[in-house]
Amino acid sequence: MQFLSDNSDLLWSAFLTTLSLAVVSGVCALVLGTVLAGMRVSPVPPLRGLATFYVEVFRNTPLTVVFFFLAFGIVEIDLQFPSRFITAVAALSLYTAAFVCEALRSGINAVPPGQAEAARALGLTFGQALRQVVLPQAFRTVVPPLGNVWIALAKNTSIAAGFAVTELTASLQRLANVNADQLLAVFAAVVAGYLVITLPSAWLIRVIENRVAIVR
Amino acid sequence: MSSSVLFDLPGPRARRRQRIGTVVGALVIAALVGLALSRLYVNGQLEPDRWAVLFDPASGVPQALWEGLLNTLSVAAVGMVLATVFGALLAVGRLSDHRWVRVPVGLVIEFFRAVPLLILILFCLLFLPTVGVPMSAFRALVLGLTLYNMAVLAEIFRAGILSVDRGQQEAAFALGMRKTQVMTLVLLPQAVRRMLPVLVAQLVVLLKDSSLGFIVAYFELLRTARSLVEFFNFSFGNRYTFQLYVAAGLIYIVVNVLLSTLAKYVEKRTRRSAKAAAVDEVELPADVQMGGGGGTVTKA
Repeated sequence: MQFLSDNSDLLWSAFLTTLSLAVVSGVCALVLGTVLAGMRVSPVPPLRGLATFYVEVFRNTPLTVVFFFLAFGIVEIDLQFPSRFITAVAALSLYTAAFVCEALRSGINAVPPGQAEAARALGLTFGQALRQVVLPQAFRTVVPPLGNVWIALAKNTSIAAGFAVTELTASLQRLANVNADQLLAVFAAVVAGYLVITLPSAWLIRVIENRVAIVR
Repeated sequence: MSSSVLFDLPGPRARRRQRIGTVVGALVIAALVGLALSRLYVNGQLEPDRWAVLFDPASGVPQALWEGLLNTLSVAAVGMVLATVFGALLAVGRLSDHRWVRVPVGLVIEFFRAVPLLILILFCLLFLPTVGVPMSAFRALVLGLTLYNMAVLAEIFRAGILSVDRGQQEAAFALGMRKTQVMTLVLLPQAVRRMLPVLVAQLVVLLKDSSLGFIVAYFELLRTARSLVEFFNFSFGNRYTFQLYVAAGLIYIVVNVLLSTLAKYVEKRTRRSAKAAAVDEVELPADVQMGGGGGTVTKA
């Protein structure tokens, strides 16, 4: 316990970094993924192709490779992210967006065709039908898969440790070097940090699901 | 395609607008790609002899990359076998009639699904040696991948076993089979067949996750590329950095796409051969595909 109080500052700031990594990239991924899902069902074939290409590429690339390219690759085309944190956010968002898109697309497919037909019959354009009729219903049905994507994202933030972002896993590596005799406590503290994010999320997702689910 | 419900077929004017948009969009993308290429060119990254090093056996690069690929594949292969075996055992344990088996096994599964994969690998790498278990990066990586994926696979198997029609089990019991016989002779064969596409897809995810070896200094593809870069930097400066990274990244993507294609092929085959009642909902949940992930939300 002595060791916990000694390093509480480091652990707390690492926890906050992990949390903010997850939240910021979660929001970015949600926005980007929604746009991609819209593109995938849009009437314009090139947009569909582009979104499909994006999803296929990112689903088949390990997250570590995405990180790797953003951290070491794009320097060669004279681009650079302002900080390590933003590099990590970019990698996580780009990667997660592909999965958000897939989850949303299955949700869009699950909306009964009558809804979209009625929207068209009322004269709504594609954008209006998508925004005001289909997507709101789709979001409600994909709460559990989106929640799973969010939890996976929270856990995937640990990969940022390999790219010089001081989040929980990086603090684990640092503390493990110093406190070799208390390794178990170090691991327990860090795992607890992740569980503090994932377990309440799982509970919250179930609550939201029960509240917004559409009974068909 | 169900998206046709979402919009009317475009008329002549919409089609013209789409064509113009396509051309403009294509031009913009081409301009961006051109810009990136020109930056590369200005920085001298496109010079042929910089790329030639990748294919020149005298430089040792192709051999090293090949070795890196083999290391990646061997970690993934060992992890796949172990995770499948333990996953099947855990699944059977979780479905056990005995409470004292079912509850602990359930806890083990939930725990390993809830902890980030990288933490598991680091745990094996850093903690286990202190209690006298000899460890190497390879073992730690295999063990971490196994622990995580066996939990995920256990859930997949369980879902598969539960999806076998109840009548099968009842008929087997009626024939006088024992519990073990029912499981091994009747339920598992049907479940495995049904879950095969998801199983293969999860194994692709495992291969993807083996890239975490980069972080724990196991010489898989990425780490090999990095060490090659460091080696070349020593003698030639920054000359081959970009080329080596691109090569490693591309190999990863190609291998993964190949395996995913295999997974799709397997899925198609099982779907064709299985009878009418077979799978149409075997799509792997997105969180599982993300790797290092897997939520704690159970399906209702």
